[in-house]
Amino acid sequence: MLNIKDLQVSIEDKEILRGINLDVKPGEVHAIMGPNGSGKSTLANVLAGREEYEVTGGSISYEGEDLLELEVDERARAGIFLAFQYPVEIPGVSTSNFLKSTVNAVRVERGQEELNAVEMLKFIREKLDLVGMDQKFLKRSLNEGFSGGEKKRNEMLQMALLEPKLAVLDETDSGLDIDALRIVADAVNKLRNENRSFIIVTHYQRLLEYIVPDHVHVLYNGRIVKSGDKNLALQLEDKGYDWIKEEVAALEG
Amino acid sequence: MSDSMQTLEAHTRSDYKYGFTSNIDTDKLPKGLNEDTVRAISAKKNEPEFLLEWRLKAFRQWQEMTEPNWPNVHYPPIDYQDIIYYAAPKKKPKLKSLDEVDPELLRTFEKLGIPLDEQKLLAGVAVDAVIDSVSVKTTYKEKLAELGIIFCSFSEAVQDHPELIKKYLGTVVPANDNYFAALNSAVFSDGSFVYIPKGVRCPMELSTYFRINERDTGQFERTLVVAEEGSYVSYLEGCTAPMRDENQLHAAVVELVALDDAEIKYSTVQNWYPGDKDGKGGIYNFVTKRGLCEGKNSKICWTQVETGSAITWKYPSCVLKGDNSIGEFYSVAVTNNRQQADTGTKMIHLGKNTRSTIISKGISAGFSDNSYRGLVKIGKKAENAHNFSVCDSLLMGDKCGAHTFPYLEVENNTAKVEHEATTSKIGEDQLFYLMQRGLSEEDAVNMIVNGYCKEVFNELPMEFAVEAQKLLAISLEGSVG
Repeated sequence: MLNIKDLQVSIEDKEILRGINLDVKPGEVHAIMGPNGSGKSTLANVLAGREEYEVTGGSISYEGEDLLELEVDERARAGIFLAFQYPVEIPGVSTSNFLKSTVNAVRVERGQEELNAVEMLKFIREKLDLVGMDQKFLKRSLNEGFSGGEKKRNEMLQMALLEPKLAVLDETDSGLDIDALRIVADAVNKLRNENRSFIIVTHYQRLLEYIVPDHVHVLYNGRIVKSGDKNLALQLEDKGYDWIKEEVAALEG
Repeated sequence: MSDSMQTLEAHTRSDYKYGFTSNIDTDKLPKGLNEDTVRAISAKKNEPEFLLEWRLKAFRQWQEMTEPNWPNVHYPPIDYQDIIYYAAPKKKPKLKSLDEVDPELLRTFEKLGIPLDEQKLLAGVAVDAVIDSVSVKTTYKEKLAELGIIFCSFSEAVQDHPELIKKYLGTVVPANDNYFAALNSAVFSDGSFVYIPKGVRCPMELSTYFRINERDTGQFERTLVVAEEGSYVSYLEGCTAPMRDENQLHAAVVELVALDDAEIKYSTVQNWYPGDKDGKGGIYNFVTKRGLCEGKNSKICWTQVETGSAITWKYPSCVLKGDNSIGEFYSVAVTNNRQQADTGTKMIHLGKNTRSTIISKGISAGFSDNSYRGLVKIGKKAENAHNFSVCDSLLMGDKCGAHTFPYLEVENNTAKVEHEATTSKIGEDQLFYLMQRGLSEEDAVNMIVNGYCKEVFNELPMEFAVEAQKLLAISLEGSVG
C-alpha cells in the first residue's frame, strides 16, 4: 500500500534523507529505529506532507497514487494519520469541537454520512474508553495545558476516531512513563488489523516490547542501513547503535 | 515566502459580500455645511429650541477645532463641504406591520440575511431598523412600553420625551469632546434612545441595524441609553453597508448612563464596506462611544467585533465614577487588505473599589494595519482600583502590521494594574496539525481564529456570536478555495 523509492529529502539545502527504500503492505507494522539525527522524524513528516521538507528525488506511491502530489489535508482524508511527537496547543478550540470536525471531514471524503451530535458523542465515548481518557477532556481547549501523557493519549484517541489506513507514530513513546506507554501500545494493538498499516518511529526498543513489529529498520545518516524482524530491535537494545555505525563506516570506508 | 503563507494570503484576499444599493427614494439637503445646514436639519425634525441652540453651539466649537492627527491611520483630507448632511426616505409611513414596509427595504434586509419577520418570530428581538437617517420601523414597542421601557428613534424621543433628552444629552460625551463628536453634535440626524426605568430588567435584547444607504451621505447617528437604578439592558448594534466607490464618513456618538446598581451591556458587530483589495472606497468610521457608571455598583460592558470599514477610529470607554462600579471591554478587530484600525478603550477610574477588564484581540491580514490604543487612568480618589488588560495581536501573512499603544496614568498608589500583551503569527504548526487531521486550509484557519477570539465571542448574546463567527470567516476567506 505504501512504496517508497530512493527518497531524498532536504531542509534548507541540508540533505537529511539520502535514498530511502521502503515497502509497506496492508496490515504490516514497521518499526523505524535509529540514533538521534538519523532522519526518522523527517521521514514521518514527509509522509504527512509537511512543506518545510523538500523532496529532491525519489518517489512515494500510496495505494497506487503519487502521494507527493497530494496536499496535507488530502493525504489525511485519504487515510494517512500522523501521531505527533509534540502535539501543538490550540487555545480556545474545544477538543470535542475539533474531534467532530475532523471525524466528519474524513467521513465525507469516504462517502459516509456525517455523524449527528448524538451519534458523534457515542462514537467518541467508545474511543475514549479505548485510550483510557475521561470525558472531561472534551471540554478543554485542544492540548492546552495537557500533560505529556495526556497529549499522547489524545493522539491515540484521534487515531482511533479517524480510522486511518496508514498510521505513522513519530516517537510517540518519548517522555512517557510505563503506564502511558502501555496505553499507547494497547491502542495500537487494538487497532491493528489486516487492512491497517503502521509505521512506528522510535529511538528505544521498549515500545516494541508491547507492539510486536513485522519489520524493523535501522535508519542512520539518512539511509536504511539494516532491516530485519523483531529480533533486530532486541539486538539494538543489547548493543546500542555503535556497532551499526561501525558497520556502516567499514562499508563506506 | 512559503507555500502556506501564500495560501493564507489568498485566503485573506476576498471581496465584500454585502455590496449592493437599494433604490429607496430619499429627501435630502444639498451638499455642504454651515449654520443654515444645522438650522435646516433642526427645523426638518421640528426640534425644540434648546436642541437647536445645543447644535449651534457644537457647530461653532467644531469650527474652532482641528481634525486629530495622532491616530495611526492615513487617509486623504476630508472635504466637509462635499458631504450631504441630511437624507431621509421620502415615504415616511407610520407602520404597524411588516406588510406596510417598502418591499425594496425588506429585500435589502433579506440580502443582508437579517429578515425582520424572522427576527421578530424566532429571536424575540425588538428591531429598530435605521435606513439612512430616519427610523422606518420599530417593533415590540408596545410590549416594552408596558414595563415603562422607552425604545425609539432619537427623533421620536426628542418629540415625546424632551425632558430626558435635555437631562442626559451630552452628559457623557460633551459636544466639544473631540472633533468628530462636535461635528456629530451639530448635524446628527437620528439614532436610538433607550430608557430603562428603576428596577426593570429589560426582557429582550434591544437591537438596531444601521445601514448606510444613500450615496455620499455622511451618517451622524446619536445613541443614548439611560439605565435607572437597579435596571438592566442588553443592546445590540449591527452594521453592514452596500459597496461604494467614494469614501463615506461615519461619525457616530454613543452615550450610556448607568445609575446605582444598573447594568448596561452594549454589543456591536460592525461590517461596513472596507474598500476593495487595493483600498479603494470604504467607510471611514470615526466614532465616539462612552459609558458613564454614574452610580455605585453600576456596570457597563462593551463588546465589539469590528471587521469592516476602511478606517476605524474608535475607543468605547467607561468612566467609573460610582464606587464599586465595573467597566469591561471585549474586542475583536479584524483588518484585511488595505484596512486600517486604531481602536481600543479608555477606563477612567474615579470611584473607590472600581474594577475594569480589557480583553482585546487584533487580527491583521493582507496589507492592513491594526493598532490597539488603550488608556487606564486611576484617579486620586480611586482607592483600591483594579484593572486587568490583555492585548493580543495575531498576524496572518507577513505584509500586515500590529501595534499596541497602552497608556497608564496612576494617581493613587493603592491601585492594582495588570497588563499582558502578545503578538503571534498564525502558527504553521497549528495549521499543519489541523490539516493533518483532514481539515481544509480554510476550515483550519477559521478554527484557529475563532479559538483565538473565543473569550470575546463568549460575551456576545448567542445569535450575535453566531453572526460574528460568520463575519469573521467571510472577512478572512479568500477567492482560492
